[in-house]
Amino acid sequence: MITDIWIHPTAVLLLGVLLMPVFRGQARPVFLLTVPILAFGAVLTMSQGIYAEYQFMNWELVFGRVDRLSLVFAHIFTLFCIIATLYGLHVRENGQLMAAWTYVAGSLGVTFSGDLLTLFVFWELMAFSSVFLVWYRRTDESISAGFRYLLVHGFGGVVLLAGIVIHYNTTGDLSFGQFNVAEPTLAIYLIMIGFILNAAAVPLHAWLPDAYGAGTFMGSVFMCAFTTKTAVYVLARGFAGMEILIILGVIMALYGVVYAVLENDHRRLLAYHVISQVGYMVAGVGIGTQLAINGVVAHAYAHILYKGLLFMGCGTVLYMTGKNKFTELGGLYKKMPWTFVFTLIGGLSISAFPLFSGFVSKSIIVYASFDDHLYWAAFLLTLASAGTFLHTGLKVPYFIWFGKNNCSQETWDKAKDPGWNMMTAMAIASVLCIFIGIYYPWLYNMLPYPIDFQPYTAYHTMEVMQILLFTALGFFLYLKKITPEPTIAIDMDWFYRKGARRFMALAKNPVEATDTFWGEVYRRVGLAALMGSAKKTVDFDTKGIDGVVDGSAYGVMKIGKNINRTQTGNIQEYLGAGVFLALIVAAYVFFYYF
Amino acid sequence: MDLAKLLEYLKERTDILVKLSYLVLGLLFAYDALLLDKTPAHTWIEHFPGFWSIFGFGACVIIILVSKWYGKLGIMTREDYYDN
Repeated sequence: MITDIWIHPTAVLLLGVLLMPVFRGQARPVFLLTVPILAFGAVLTMSQGIYAEYQFMNWELVFGRVDRLSLVFAHIFTLFCIIATLYGLHVRENGQLMAAWTYVAGSLGVTFSGDLLTLFVFWELMAFSSVFLVWYRRTDESISAGFRYLLVHGFGGVVLLAGIVIHYNTTGDLSFGQFNVAEPTLAIYLIMIGFILNAAAVPLHAWLPDAYGAGTFMGSVFMCAFTTKTAVYVLARGFAGMEILIILGVIMALYGVVYAVLENDHRRLLAYHVISQVGYMVAGVGIGTQLAINGVVAHAYAHILYKGLLFMGCGTVLYMTGKNKFTELGGLYKKMPWTFVFTLIGGLSISAFPLFSGFVSKSIIVYASFDDHLYWAAFLLTLASAGTFLHTGLKVPYFIWFGKNNCSQETWDKAKDPGWNMMTAMAIASVLCIFIGIYYPWLYNMLPYPIDFQPYTAYHTMEVMQILLFTALGFFLYLKKITPEPTIAIDMDWFYRKGARRFMALAKNPVEATDTFWGEVYRRVGLAALMGSAKKTVDFDTKGIDGVVDGSAYGVMKIGKNINRTQTGNIQEYLGAGVFLALIVAAYVFFYYF
Repeated sequence: MDLAKLLEYLKERTDILVKLSYLVLGLLFAYDALLLDKTPAHTWIEHFPGFWSIFGFGACVIIILVSKWYGKLGIMTREDYYDN
């Protein structure tokens, strides 16, 4: 039942995707900016309530749950979609922007969904559209990174779906709200794992630097805003007060900082700081008080703007020079001064410098943890914030725009500030970062709960200034130690990049031997006998082998054999197999529990 | 405004900027130790003179040293490590 006229911003964007190829020439940029602005307008004008409820089979599907929590996320999602579209306005391939908008549409769909089934559909839409933002880079590295991204998110999606199905089976309830985190069931844990995989919680995080470092210059700008923050939204709605998230969040905050020291690729460094910053939000969800949730939402809002700005700045360096390594850059302040200033504003915002957006948002979460007497969490999060400034505020600007000039002549010649649309997009994001840092009630008034918090006290401002400026002192004293090296850092993706390969090598001989043995059996027994027993084999296969698939050696052998084939086959089959495997597991869970 | 020239101008005066920065650091520390009202502090340890200055510097050094130590355990490796 549609109770009122309510325009779903997802519908606006998806319609825009369909119409995009129609608009060419001078009409194209106008169209490209109009659609996200309309989506933003739809969010600004909607009022709270439940819209677009449908009965589908036995399920009550809710596409439009509009309350303060979903509104503030939709507000920043659509606002950032305008900025990021402006940034990529000159990109000629329609496909890239179509993928980006579909991805944003999925994220808005999740934000407004009131039941778990609708949420799941949009959740998958996000993964399957955003992967194109990696693939459009068209390098070998990005093609493989895209497949890894899909496989990891395919896995996360299956876990989430399994959780949803078991949850529905045991409670008969599909609605999406606060789960009973005091007594979590298996289903609730599975749903949480699905969610925190998208939040890039350690150890399920390696997809993030992998994909965001490999994405197109525009694609990573979109991606850094939506996947993790949509996950933060669903966590804030469903898992407030889940205590394990405090520990996970603090680990994320520190883990990202450690890897950022080791990183030589500037966008991968930023990606590790996404993990670190989302760690604050996850910890805030775990604390779960109204103040903490307000902090989570405020920080997510500020984070999208400053992280987007940082990815725009570093994306510009990549776009103009073609270089993504500190060891091939340096001294560019003469050539790209404005890009430097914008990136620095992003760096100061993420570091929570007074008068910048991060200061008014991060402070709430840290204060909430002090308030809840979680001193260890509060001090460790403060420690991580020193690391944030160390890398994003100092290392990135210093080693790209100052420091030793490692540019080749070609890089140096190509480097300059970008075209008007990229400059304007970065300028808008910069202005918003400073605006929120100064006029913070604008942000605070959008938060889900009433808030009485004053970030600019003398004590807190002095605390932050001391931490940050003495961090800067440490940076310059240890400059030699922190100078990037031409290396990569091994992370959890080792297990599916190298580990899997070793496993395959180990498994290859026994599997091949069995394969040959059965081939021999079939050949000797002969075709006629085989035909006769075919039906029985099928029955045995479905009822016998598949029925006990988790325990049966035959099942394991078959899977091993099939994995072996996918490994040697070409990459499309690889993807196909991934999707197919996901479907089988999903179907298995579905039929088992219904 | 020619931003590149302004940055160049500042860079040529790095010495003065460094001295100014040390002055600012000194003032911050002194203000914390002597003047700052510490009643809003959450824990007793924050009452230590210049606590957050020491914390900030210590945090930075610990992060750099621990990360580098961890990286040198074999986590940092050659760039073509994942190539076939």
